[in-house]
Amino acid sequence: MRDAPTLAVEGLGKTFGAVRAVDDLTFSVRPGAVTGFLGPNGAGKTTTLRMLLGLTRPSQGRALVGDRTYAEQPVPASLVGAALEASSFHPGRSGIGHLEVFAGQAGADRARCRELIEFVGLGHAAQRRVGGYSMGMRQRLGLATALLADPPAIVLDEPANGLDPEGIRWMRGLLRAFAAEGRTVLVSSHVLSEVQHTVDDVVIIARGRLVHASSLAELSALAAPQAYVESPTADALARLCGDRGWTARPDGAGLVVADVPAAEIGAAAYAGGIELHQLASRGVGLEDVFLQLTEGGAR
Amino acid sequence: MRAAVVAEYRKLVSTRLWWVLLIALVGYLAFVGGVLTFSIVFSPDDPDTAMPSGAEAAAGVYGLVNAIGYVFPLVIGSLMITTEFRYQTITQSLLVEPRRTVLLGGKLAVAVPLGLLYGAVGMTALVAVSAPLLALKGDGAFLTDPDVLAVILLGVVVTALWTVIGVGFGSVLPNQVAAVVVLLAFTQFVEPIARVALGAFDATSSVARFLPGAAADGLIGASLIGEMSGGSSELLPRWAALLVLLGYAAVLALVGRMTTLRRDIG
Repeated sequence: MRDAPTLAVEGLGKTFGAVRAVDDLTFSVRPGAVTGFLGPNGAGKTTTLRMLLGLTRPSQGRALVGDRTYAEQPVPASLVGAALEASSFHPGRSGIGHLEVFAGQAGADRARCRELIEFVGLGHAAQRRVGGYSMGMRQRLGLATALLADPPAIVLDEPANGLDPEGIRWMRGLLRAFAAEGRTVLVSSHVLSEVQHTVDDVVIIARGRLVHASSLAELSALAAPQAYVESPTADALARLCGDRGWTARPDGAGLVVADVPAAEIGAAAYAGGIELHQLASRGVGLEDVFLQLTEGGAR
Repeated sequence: MRAAVVAEYRKLVSTRLWWVLLIALVGYLAFVGGVLTFSIVFSPDDPDTAMPSGAEAAAGVYGLVNAIGYVFPLVIGSLMITTEFRYQTITQSLLVEPRRTVLLGGKLAVAVPLGLLYGAVGMTALVAVSAPLLALKGDGAFLTDPDVLAVILLGVVVTALWTVIGVGFGSVLPNQVAAVVVLLAFTQFVEPIARVALGAFDATSSVARFLPGAAADGLIGASLIGEMSGGSSELLPRWAALLVLLGYAAVLALVGRMTTLRRDIG
């Protein structure tokens, strides 16, 4: 395997008519980690990836794979394997036929195609025409196409779309393994929770602009703790929250208290002689942070 | 470049289109060729009708591979590009080969052997049906006449040229439905009418020779349509006809490269 390249986007911009789809975007994607490229639909993720891969010409700035642009690389498909959301297939071509069409230019042979179609779990459908494939099967075939050259960098646009839960788990494991092997992995998604358990780094954009780039741990630090608490004496509990200056909102039979660790609530209730029937930490509100960031960027 | 050619070859043979269209070409040429040959050899010997005879009749019939068959190589050539845009496989094609000139070059290169295959098979079908009819009742099949053999050989060559022109056309008009409709309309209505209309006046008859179908007739050196309409429309000499056809291919491919293949994909 060749050395994994860093992917670098520098002051990248793209204007379609009067619309600035991507605006002065700068970030980089390091080898040996999975980077989540996040943003709501229409934020400019696919356009950015298309500029990175030489399909769309930037209006401003540039996107580099290693030391040069994708199109300037001698055999780019052997360096970066990509599967784009709109990555489409001729419905009349078999799955294995699709791989064989593009294998030569990626530097792969027929044995590799056979190996890959088994690897992505399509061995039984290899000879079937893609027109009859489900969305999940197409995602798997797209991934196989991206892996033809066993590339050191992998770019996937919304790879979880259409996959069943088992497929999503498989994809997560695969991405983790790629990063562990030292590859550069960039995965886009419009749902943070979808990649939350997979990514090391996050790059978040909204309306074509960068709103946040950091490790996932740093993003989590922005998130506040929450706890769910339920008491048979709801009034006493509400008074306690009021006395302590906690923000609480009703949720089912109990309350969700923001910005307070569950242990602190438990201690306060004990001290106040309030009977609790349930007390549970509600994971960090990462999705809330994501929404705040992207909505903030949209204003 | 070699890898690009191999990829284009695999794109072609991994779907059914190429042989479905080839069968259609064979059926069409066998049927229309048979009917036309039949009407020539069994027409009453009336000096007022302009029915060709002898080697001219044989050359004209064998030349139908171009005169009526040319829509097939044009369509398959254009589909080599328009299919990529229709199913968005152009994205994957450009991921593995970002040099767009190489992509187009690979398609043009594969169009040549593909067109030769279409020409050879189509011509075989045409000769298989019409030669026995010509030999049975007419003045003979003339399958050993050098002039007639030249028509047969060049009929195959011109089919390859049509396929290349088809690729160029597809690169100019990548919308699949629009490309097929325009090709059908042009080959079935626009050009035949334009040839007759331009050929009807002395001032414009020399222009008609440069229409693509007329130039192709010039290259093979036979035009049944021309002969049956009184032999009024003159044809270009072979070398000039070849240059005109190559010119069409080059201009279309160049325009396609500068427009469709310069745009953003996706």
